[in-house]
Amino acid sequence: MPTSPSDRAAHAAVPAPPADLAVVGAGPAGLAAAVTAARLGLRVTLLDAGERPGGQFYRHPAPGLGALRPQALHHDWRAFTAREAALRAHVAAGRIAHHPFHHVWTVVPDGADGWTLHAVAGPEERPAAFGARAVLLATGAYERQLPFPGWTLPGVVGAGGAQAMLKGGLVLPGSRVVVAGSGPLLLAVAGSLAAAGAAVPAVVEAASYTAYAPQARALLRNPAKLAEGAVYGGALARHGIRLLTRHAVTEAHGRGRVEAVTVARLDRDWRPLPGTARRIPCDALAVGHGLVPQLELATALGCDTLLAPDGTVALDLDAAQRTSVPGIWSAGETGGIGGAQLALTEGEIAAHAIAGAPVAPSLTRTRARLRAFAGAMAAAHRPGAGWTDWLPDAATVCRCEEVPAGGIREAVAELGARDARTVKLLTRAGMGWCQGRMCGPAVAALAGEDPAPDRRPLSCPVPLRHLAALPAPPDTELPPSAR
Amino acid sequence: MRSPRSLVGGTPAATYPVTFDGRELTAQEGQSIAAVLWNAGILAWRTTREGGSPRGAFCGIGACYDCLVTVNGRPNQRACLVPARPGDSVTTQEGTGHADLAV
Repeated sequence: MPTSPSDRAAHAAVPAPPADLAVVGAGPAGLAAAVTAARLGLRVTLLDAGERPGGQFYRHPAPGLGALRPQALHHDWRAFTAREAALRAHVAAGRIAHHPFHHVWTVVPDGADGWTLHAVAGPEERPAAFGARAVLLATGAYERQLPFPGWTLPGVVGAGGAQAMLKGGLVLPGSRVVVAGSGPLLLAVAGSLAAAGAAVPAVVEAASYTAYAPQARALLRNPAKLAEGAVYGGALARHGIRLLTRHAVTEAHGRGRVEAVTVARLDRDWRPLPGTARRIPCDALAVGHGLVPQLELATALGCDTLLAPDGTVALDLDAAQRTSVPGIWSAGETGGIGGAQLALTEGEIAAHAIAGAPVAPSLTRTRARLRAFAGAMAAAHRPGAGWTDWLPDAATVCRCEEVPAGGIREAVAELGARDARTVKLLTRAGMGWCQGRMCGPAVAALAGEDPAPDRRPLSCPVPLRHLAALPAPPDTELPPSAR
Repeated sequence: MRSPRSLVGGTPAATYPVTFDGRELTAQEGQSIAAVLWNAGILAWRTTREGGSPRGAFCGIGACYDCLVTVNGRPNQRACLVPARPGDSVTTQEGTGHADLAV
């Protein structure tokens, strides 16, 4: 295969010898794992798509923005700063090689007993490759979206998106922001937006908090989490924010940008109740229905998955955070959405296991307790089956390919599609830039199935020249006579 | 009045001009292009390929590709990920961003 000398050099730049451990993602799980593994004597390569460590949860303003109190945007900021300081010390001592702005797009066996990780690096999209004997995937999650009419209007943004833009760039999408969807993130987002100066007329939560009642045991084992909830509740009260439970935004209105939303009361299955619709004026809507584990790298490797209590697909991991593929480990949201504290704990457990060190029983207990809480929360906020009733045929479902709900319903009712993959082939829903990350859960629901594990061979756009320059895998090289 | 800046305090190390469709905007060092645009009250900076509908930042973390924009003549840059640099020329992106390649 013809390659330019510079491309060949780039791909040959595998560090020798390979690191003991490559960690993908520098959010809470990956960061905790990297510093713990380095402390236990492993040589670690830490690869992250972001510019600074912390991931989405600990996303914070760039140093140039000069924020004096970044902790004002965060919960449990000290948990991050302690590990960030440890990261700097390990990097200075040569125990961790930290590569920010590196988006890993595939992990492949290296032909011996380790792995090669390929990444796209920096805004110039340089190719980069790294070798490692073990890999920890700490790739986190992105937001789950359920479509509704008007959700493509400018001013409608993800709830997590609004939070990310505020934490990273100190900006707001508007001055009067309705927060809607489902899940505990909404309370945190509403509190942050209000503290940063936005008026928040309402938090619109589709679930009912009475859904927590059957989970009392998991809640009572987590007093810190209950206290955290009380803090958010207090922030809402202090800013005069109404919390509407068992309600949903069923339409966003506006010309060119959002000017108001329609909010309706839901029945137990999330069906809008006739006659309950009312308008709330606003200039932005921050909306989201929890998070979806980001699994492309893991599923491409063949790691087993399971259906989590919130209806998302998560990795099936053992007590030591091992995936079903020997040598590949995972921690944090990839094993089911559970929050930053759980991610920190799982990262530390994985690091101990990978280093062959005993896992402290206290870590195992903490994980069990937080997982139980996460499961209770996930079950309470799982979308009700009736939510598609707020989705008229004309509403866009796939934002990239602009596929309306009616097109997907036609593919299911008249053309026999029974799963999201067939719907995609018939309608192009999920075939665009985001590769179904935004519409996937909705398309699956309209096709009448639970979401299937992500199958995306590349986890981010990769310049074709990088693919062309890849050396052939050793086991598929043809003998000279066959060329 | 409360603002994101009053919440975290401090001042940017530097501010510099960038342009959006020829209009001068002020970037604070460290802001993404999407943050600079939001700060100026601009929520839409591209139109879709089929319907020509306006779009801007949605997911804020690089997953949705709704915030694609042309930066210094290079189309399809994710505005929520790309840091604003002094003197950047940001322009509205129409469709695929490759209209100049049309035959």
